[in-house]
Amino acid sequence: MFRYTLKRLVQGLITVWFIATATFGAMHLVPGDPLSGEKAASAEIQANLRAKYGLDKPVLQQYFVYLGNIARGDFGISFTQKNREVNDIIREHFPVSATMGLLAILFAGAGGVLWGALTALFRNRLPDVIIMFLVILGISVPSFVMAALGQLSLVKLNAFFGATVLPVGGWGTVRHMLVPSLVLGLGTMAYLTRLMRSSMLEIVNADFIRTAKAKGLPAARIFSKHQLRNASLPVVTVLGPAIAAITTGGFVVELVFAIPGLGRYFVQAVQQLDYTVIMGTTVFYGAFLVFMVIAVDLVYGLIDPRVRLQ
Amino acid sequence: MADVIIDESSFVRSAGRQLLVYGIVTVLGFALLMWLLDALASLVGSSSETTGAVDAATGTITLYLDEEPPQLDSTLATDQVSGRIIGHVMEGLLRKDELGNIVGGVAESWTIDADKAVFNLRAAARWSDGKPVTAHDFIFAWQRTLDPATASEYAFILYYIKNAEAINRGEMPPTALGVSAPDERTLVVELERPVLFFDKLVSFPTYYPVREDFFKATNGRYGADADTLLYNGPFVISSWVHGASLRMDRNESYWRRDEIRLNTINWAYITSDANAQLNFFKDGKVAYAGMAPESLSVALENRWHLRQFQDGGVFFIEFNHRPNRLTRNLHLRRALLLVNNSSELVNKVTKLPGYLPTNSLFPAFLDGLHDKFRREHPAKDVPIDVDQARRELELARKELGLEKWPPLSLLTGDNPIANLQSEYYQSVFKDKLGLDVRIDRQIFKQRLQKMTSGDFDMVMAGWGPDYEDLLTFGDFFASWNLNNRGRYDNPEYDALVRKAQASLDQAERVELFARMQDIIVDDAVILPNYEKGASFVTDPRLKGLVRRVVGADPDYTYAWIEESAQ
Repeated sequence: MFRYTLKRLVQGLITVWFIATATFGAMHLVPGDPLSGEKAASAEIQANLRAKYGLDKPVLQQYFVYLGNIARGDFGISFTQKNREVNDIIREHFPVSATMGLLAILFAGAGGVLWGALTALFRNRLPDVIIMFLVILGISVPSFVMAALGQLSLVKLNAFFGATVLPVGGWGTVRHMLVPSLVLGLGTMAYLTRLMRSSMLEIVNADFIRTAKAKGLPAARIFSKHQLRNASLPVVTVLGPAIAAITTGGFVVELVFAIPGLGRYFVQAVQQLDYTVIMGTTVFYGAFLVFMVIAVDLVYGLIDPRVRLQ
Repeated sequence: MADVIIDESSFVRSAGRQLLVYGIVTVLGFALLMWLLDALASLVGSSSETTGAVDAATGTITLYLDEEPPQLDSTLATDQVSGRIIGHVMEGLLRKDELGNIVGGVAESWTIDADKAVFNLRAAARWSDGKPVTAHDFIFAWQRTLDPATASEYAFILYYIKNAEAINRGEMPPTALGVSAPDERTLVVELERPVLFFDKLVSFPTYYPVREDFFKATNGRYGADADTLLYNGPFVISSWVHGASLRMDRNESYWRRDEIRLNTINWAYITSDANAQLNFFKDGKVAYAGMAPESLSVALENRWHLRQFQDGGVFFIEFNHRPNRLTRNLHLRRALLLVNNSSELVNKVTKLPGYLPTNSLFPAFLDGLHDKFRREHPAKDVPIDVDQARRELELARKELGLEKWPPLSLLTGDNPIANLQSEYYQSVFKDKLGLDVRIDRQIFKQRLQKMTSGDFDMVMAGWGPDYEDLLTFGDFFASWNLNNRGRYDNPEYDALVRKAQASLDQAERVELFARMQDIIVDDAVILPNYEKGASFVTDPRLKGLVRRVVGADPDYTYAWIEESAQ
């Protein structure tokens, strides 16, 4: 177990290094000058800016400087907010994204398992048809539409009651978090529902279910102990990447609901060619994703005794 | 078989019951979790109750910001959102009143001559920690802005001060700057060359003071947080949660505090999403909302009082005048100008409220001699003349020795308005002149890169004023201006700009700018499009909002709340 964990961690580090290198390369290939602004700056000022951010050195040297700094956990200073460190940006905004993402994944996970089980139980009957229709909607409607609709319904809701039932946006209390995390988790919930449904359907006819029935076990017990538990394994498998995807993919929801998450920095940095923020957020998110996957693999053994690791 | 079916449906029933139990448990679990989190948050004391747009009892207005202000260090700030915040919490030597007139700020009296300006600072001007604002604070800020190591992008706006440009080029040390403080409350500025609008310049944020001891104590983080900034303006930033909110309270050390009627300006939301901004306004959470074209129907539906404002920006299609380009040919440019219909563009295509079609580089707000410049000197009108345009095009084709016209590239930004506009021009040039236009759509930095390197025939560009004088537009097409990315190069035009820069006689200057305006039409330097406008709605109880072309905009320092207004 220990050696396995260690091996996975080393592999993870190599992956992160690869992500950092690929990002660095891609970033420098994008045309455009990161230090250019609306107003043209004189050659002297441009040279000073380049020197300040170390862009006057050869690219390969910049790469090793970057790598060294990242290894020390220093992502540098933002190009757009010239007095803010990228570390501060991550430290201040990631917890917000993480909170919202965690809530979203809880919604998505619980919802996905329950709706999936329901559709499988009533396969090809009315509840199944209705839910699967909603699932298709949930998967195909993009999040900016969902977010806008969610916010509009909040406006209507508040107007109907003539008071603030739930805030339309902003961040701070649980009431601020509710609708954004629901909206954020909706797509994943739909995806997990479908996954859960097919994995349930695979299991209902499995031999061990028939045996359990033949043994005369109570239906509720068969359902929860044998069907639900077995069928939710694939859901757990995709949960790791899903957590990372949800925590990183909150850009639109953050924008619409005015939430100070990291997703906004992640996307805007690319548009503004903010090298240090691009590197910082990508490497950070990359590492987050990699270690989430490892964590899920390790947790897997707890749920399924058959895959317990040596 | 019958047995199995009965068995199956009873299995479904009891499994369904079990599932229902799980469902109820889950919902209850979530409710409990929410409740716990809420209780936890209130224990920590971070729970922020959302208030209404306008609260007369506490004198608070709530607003949104389009983005997190990138830079609150006045020596480095370049963008509009930062300028808005800085304008509310800082004050320069001079300021603008609610009508836009220049009045005393930190300076209570001043004289500006051809070679020298003297400012007498008022004794009551204080920093938010109670210490007086001194002449040295200005000297420090200006020297720092010009220090090449600071790499301030707005350093050029200080170039009227003696030796400023040389310092910024690294040819002189910052201490060589032509400013001195005979005593704490007197600031003497030597000028590099005579300038008619120095009073307007010193009200610009780059001229604002920075106190040296405080700046040094922040260790490079000056302006990064609410507590690493020292304030001398009407408000102070009392809390700033990055990306989330920024709260301003009235500055009790401010010398004019009795005239400031709002207690608190709470920029409670930060989002650039126009739809979200509208929703906040609809929900009664913010006192101001800018209107996107698609929001207009909502405004009409709710019978909001729509207000309009031109922000001073002028937009046009700029040609590439570099030697190897087809667009260097005057006949080609004239042909395109002869089919340029800016009113059709504004009224039928973009249909943005507040936008004004224009035929000049100079916006309508600029002053001439006695009246607005554009009223004294209307730009030459070029009526649409397709036949003449075709003749010009034929002349151009012969001059350039072309068999047929290759497609011309039109560089644009990547946003809905730019798309509409570029496609409109594409179809006009094709229909009227048979010219093919290749639209080159790029995001901001890439577009800048292509503009700077000259990789375009035409580009949709614009210019906003840095100060309120004709020169900020007139010198745009000077051959030495780096913003002149089409590299228009005309010695006659350059001579006019040089003369206008040196002149202290407004009558003469206005004539010079009128001639520049003529050259721009005769030489078909640009295809003028429009003056940019903004339409917006405000809470009816909010009064005294000031819009500005240059400086903090919108400006709430003169605003107040009128409870009875509805």
